[in-house]
Amino acid sequence: MVLTGAEIVIRCLQEEKVEYIFGYPGGSVLFIYDELFKQDKVRHVLVRHEQGAVHAADGYARSTEKVGVALVTSGPGVTNAVTGIATAYMDSIPMVIISGQVPTAYIGQDAFQEVDTVGITRPCVKHNFLVKDVRDLAATIKKAFYLAKSGRPGPVLVDIPKDISATKCEYAYPKSIAMRSYNPVIKGHQGQIKKAVQLLLEAKRPMIYTGGGVILSDAADKLIKLVRQLGFPVTNTLMGLGGYPATDKQFVGMLGMHGTYEANMAMQHCDVLLAVGARFDDRVIGNPEHFAEVPRKIIHIDIDPSSISKRVKVDVPIVGDLPEVLDDISRLLAASGDHPDEKAVKAWWKQIDAWRGKDCLKYDRKSKLIKPQFVVEKLYEVTKGEAFVCSDVGQHQMWAAQYYKFDKPRRWMNSGGLGTMGFGLPAAMGVQLAHPGSPVACVTGEGSIQMCIQELSTCKQYRLPVKIVLLNNGFLGMVRQWQEFFHGNRYAESYVDALPDFVRLAESYGHVGMRIEKPGDVEGALKEAFKRKDDLVFLDFAVDPTENVYPMVQGGKGLTEMILSEEL
Amino acid sequence: MMRHVISLLIENEAGALSRVTGLFSARAYNIESLTVAPTEDPSMSRITIVSIGSDDIIEQITKQLNKLIEVIKVVDISEAAHIERELMLVKVRATGKDREEMKRMSDIFRGRIIDVTETTYVIELTGNTAKLDSFIEAIDRTLILETVRTGVCGIGRGDRILKV
Repeated sequence: MVLTGAEIVIRCLQEEKVEYIFGYPGGSVLFIYDELFKQDKVRHVLVRHEQGAVHAADGYARSTEKVGVALVTSGPGVTNAVTGIATAYMDSIPMVIISGQVPTAYIGQDAFQEVDTVGITRPCVKHNFLVKDVRDLAATIKKAFYLAKSGRPGPVLVDIPKDISATKCEYAYPKSIAMRSYNPVIKGHQGQIKKAVQLLLEAKRPMIYTGGGVILSDAADKLIKLVRQLGFPVTNTLMGLGGYPATDKQFVGMLGMHGTYEANMAMQHCDVLLAVGARFDDRVIGNPEHFAEVPRKIIHIDIDPSSISKRVKVDVPIVGDLPEVLDDISRLLAASGDHPDEKAVKAWWKQIDAWRGKDCLKYDRKSKLIKPQFVVEKLYEVTKGEAFVCSDVGQHQMWAAQYYKFDKPRRWMNSGGLGTMGFGLPAAMGVQLAHPGSPVACVTGEGSIQMCIQELSTCKQYRLPVKIVLLNNGFLGMVRQWQEFFHGNRYAESYVDALPDFVRLAESYGHVGMRIEKPGDVEGALKEAFKRKDDLVFLDFAVDPTENVYPMVQGGKGLTEMILSEEL
Repeated sequence: MMRHVISLLIENEAGALSRVTGLFSARAYNIESLTVAPTEDPSMSRITIVSIGSDDIIEQITKQLNKLIEVIKVVDISEAAHIERELMLVKVRATGKDREEMKRMSDIFRGRIIDVTETTYVIELTGNTAKLDSFIEAIDRTLILETVRTGVCGIGRGDRILKV
């Protein structure tokens, strides 16, 4: 069958069972939009800024097992999308971004709305393509989807010049793709797995540390099975929350810069560490030299060999897909008939429980001001822990991570790697479209929300009843906290003066706005908001402007050199 | 910090080289030299990169290179017996008594004079980096008009073969 390039693009998306495509039209993608218009299988969501399109596709992907898809025009369409693409890249989110390009003959001539898209996006994509021949188009899109979701996932960009989308050629969608240069390892090395099992059985002070890889590879079930089989303590990174149930007694909380006291202490003082789909980044282990001061054996499972022994030297590296490898370890453990050192592990738990006794997330519950932690706790209660929670970046993000107990994977969406303010609201749109009827909350700050506030308009157009939980402290809170600790209380540009009236702003977009100023009103407002199933409700909570996030490990310090709350 | 010679096979596609060089600059890895040309199979190019770094960094470099979608195979050929060669062209002033001296030095280093004018020679020299360096050291520097070097290419000895 002979089709135009634009028709081929749509056919390919249909073949990939794409439900939603998030985008914004422009000159270079008009043929593609024309074909979108003529069909109704792939539904297009018109955002208000290309950054929003990519974050929405990203949120969609994070909350499902599917690939997120975005469509943007050439030039500024692409440059606006770059922040979103880099966000997805840092968190290994499977996405396909289709961008228009100026006609082939114009490339390199500084044409209107021309940028070197492949060049600009190269460092922040898993791979990208410039399609120069329409006969390559279908295979390229097939490859893009395959690359995006296989191995360590990531965003893949396909740049399509305008003339290519108008040119006709014979179309057939390839059934499979083989690439001699790309063959991710799935099965773990059996010899290494045996060594890992041996180490786990010998451990006196074991610790299991899991990251975003568990979520991305849908390995939570296998992880839970192994953790229970071993009886060891487990911690999640910011990206890994929900990978292990937060309400389970073996869970010691999130670790890292704002991790719990017990998680950081156990991480530092363990003698055998099982790292699962995590990458020992600077916000997780603090100073690597300080971390290395305690001798321990490290087993590291990851699908990306370059994540292993990058920042921390590993004793037993296992490259492979997590569900496969975790399953192998479980089976080998069961088959061995051996059990972990019960006496030693019991003593270790006693130590951990003593650390837990510090109650490091304690805050002032008698305050006359609304405490931001209290709002997140109430959000957890009102939604019975069942909500999909998206966050922006800053103090509110950390409070959401600390106080909302995620029991299931794919319920927590945040920009952990790149730390992109403005991520929350558009991501929540993607999540809400993927889960119509489910409660979706966007926990945000008055700084972050204003970075993509225009998407309130998109929410109106598509009737997306997201609940915006704004922890409004009138400060760029995390910046202010650092200035307080490390820059002599000089609040350089961290005070956001001239804030809008968020209630009236929400109303002007056709949504419901509420301002909450007293602790006693928090629960009622949240209940009211979630009762309004069809409305976007913008909850503007006036929270204590001086509250800080604790515990805190200062950048460059050791993991156990925590600043604790004055409440302790 | 050790000098390593990394050889890789990569799909011969537009932009593939920039992915390699972009990786080095983005991750602050060092490139001493880089050579690239298609192999006997024109769908593949072979790149030789000379880099200096600790063992950890070189390990990361090879892993990161392997991660690039278009890279087919990577090997640190300097881990075992291998041969390195580099080609250099040197244009020198060759007049009076220097003319005979230049010819003699070129012969000693087994170079070839491939262009002759009344006042200049172009000398072609191949060898490892150290040999080319010592030729430069050995001749009168003031007589050098220009030099151009290809950078190192290398190959494993005997049975060590880099092939798909």
